[in-house]
Amino acid sequence: MSGGARLENANPLIFQRTGERLRTANDEDEDVADPIDDREIFDLIRSINDPEHPLSLEELNVVEQVRVRVDDQENTVGVGFTPTIPHCSMATLIGLSIKVKLLRSLPERFKIDVHITPGTHASEDAVNKQLADKERVAAALENSQLLEVVNQCLISNARTG
Amino acid sequence: MNDTVALLQKFNAHPDSRCWYVAWNPKGTLLASCGGDRAIRIWGREGDSWECKTLLQDGHQRTVRKVAWSPCGNYLASASFDATTCIWKKKNDDFECLTVLEGHENEVKCVAWAPSGNLLATCSRDKSVWIWEGYLSQSLSFSVDEENENENEYECVSVVNSHTQDVKHVVWHPTQELLASCSYDNNVCVYKEEDDDWECRATLEGHTSTVWGLTFDPSGQRLASCSDDCTVKIWKECQPEGGQGTDTAWKCVCTLSGFHGRTVYDIAWCPLTGALATACGDDGVRVFKEDETADPDQPAFSLSAHVPKAHTQDVNCIAWNPKEAGLLVSCSDNGEIAVWNYQSGV
Repeated sequence: MSGGARLENANPLIFQRTGERLRTANDEDEDVADPIDDREIFDLIRSINDPEHPLSLEELNVVEQVRVRVDDQENTVGVGFTPTIPHCSMATLIGLSIKVKLLRSLPERFKIDVHITPGTHASEDAVNKQLADKERVAAALENSQLLEVVNQCLISNARTG
Repeated sequence: MNDTVALLQKFNAHPDSRCWYVAWNPKGTLLASCGGDRAIRIWGREGDSWECKTLLQDGHQRTVRKVAWSPCGNYLASASFDATTCIWKKKNDDFECLTVLEGHENEVKCVAWAPSGNLLATCSRDKSVWIWEGYLSQSLSFSVDEENENENEYECVSVVNSHTQDVKHVVWHPTQELLASCSYDNNVCVYKEEDDDWECRATLEGHTSTVWGLTFDPSGQRLASCSDDCTVKIWKECQPEGGQGTDTAWKCVCTLSGFHGRTVYDIAWCPLTGALATACGDDGVRVFKEDETADPDQPAFSLSAHVPKAHTQDVNCIAWNPKEAGLLVSCSDNGEIAVWNYQSGV
C-alpha cells in the first residue's frame, strides 16, 4: 500500500490455494435448487486482498474453508478469520472487508457474523464487537476514505481470481 | 394465547436502503420515517393505505438515524450520521429546516424532545450526551407573516460524558425532567439537572453487551432496556438503604431472556395499555404483557404475541400509536414499514 512504510508482518507464511470446486450432477441440474454451502462462501472471500501484501486472504491462511459455517435453512453465515499476527492493526479492516463482500454478494435473508478465530488476536473481543455492530459498520462505510480502502481489498484481479 | 398481532399494511418507505426509524406524531395521525437513503418521509393515512405526504431529501449528507416529533407536533428533529441534528418546522404538508445543531464530533445516534417542549437531548458515537435549550412557539396560530425571531435559537446547556463508548439512544421521562441514555459500553445512565447543569445520577449495569433502546412505562416509575445480549431488562427506581441524600438508586427488577434470537434493537412501552413491544434482529416483533403479581418490586412479563417473520430482515424500530390502543408500527433493514393491530384477548 504505502510504499516505503514498514510492513507489520514483513515475512508472512504463504499457503497454497485450494483447487477448483468439483462439480456434481446435481450442480448441473437446473431444477435442483443450490443451497448455499461453506465452499460457496469460501469462494467469495478467498480472493479478498490483504491490505498490506499483494496476496489473498487464502494465501495468508487468514481465511480457511474449515472456518466457514453456513446454515442455508436458518439463514446464517459465520466466518472466523485468523490475523497473521496477534497484534495486527489491520484486523478490523480485514474483518470489515469480509463482511462487506458477503453483504454485497449474499441474498438479503442471511445474517452474517464475522469474527476473529478465538485466541488469535490481542483485541479479539473489541474487534468482534465492532464488526457485529451494524450501525458502526453502516457509518464506517459512509466514510469515503475507508470505503475506498475496503473496495481496494475487494478488487479481484486475474492472479488471485 | 388468544392475543394476536395482525398485519394491516406493509409498504416500502426507503427504496434500496434501510429504514432505521419510524415515529408517530403526538396526535397519532402521521408517521415520520428516516433511513440510509438520507431522506425523511412523512406518511399520512388515506383510507386503508399510507401515502407519502412529504419527502425531505436535502437535510442531511449521510444516513438519518432517528426522527422525533416535538410534544406539540409542529416540529420534527432529525439525527444524522453527518454529525448534525436538524430542527424542521411543519407548514401544512411541508417542512422547512429551522436550524441545524452542530457540535458532536461524529455520528448523532438519537434526538429526543423533553415533554416540556423546550429541551432537546442528543447523543453520539463521540460518547457524549448534549442537552439543548431553545424557544419554539407552541402553536402555529400567529398571524400569517409573523415569525418569532427567537425561534432559531438553540443553545447547548450541558455536555455530559458519562459513557465510555458510543451512546445509542436517549429518552426523556414522561413527566419529570429526567433523562436516560444507553450505550455500546453496556450501561444505562440516568441524568438530572443540578444547579443549571445536567449530571449523571445513576449508572445501571447489568447488560452484557450494547444497550440499543430504552423506554419508560406510562407512569415513569420503570424503565425498560433492550440489548445485543438478546435480553430486555426492567429497572425500577428505589430508595437506597440508609435513606440519606437526594439520589435514588435504580435496580434491575426483571430480565426477559430466552425470547429473542438475536440483538433486540428497539423497545416501546404503550402509554395506553402498558404492553411492551420489541423489535429484533431475528426479524421478529414481540409483545409482552405484565402478569398480575403481588409484588410491584418483582414484576413478571409473559410473551403475549409473536410475529416471527414480521419483516424479511432485521426489525430496527417499533412504536405504539399514542392515541389508538393496539396500533403498532415497525420498520426494517429491507426499507419497509409495517403497521400492525395488536389485540389482547383478555
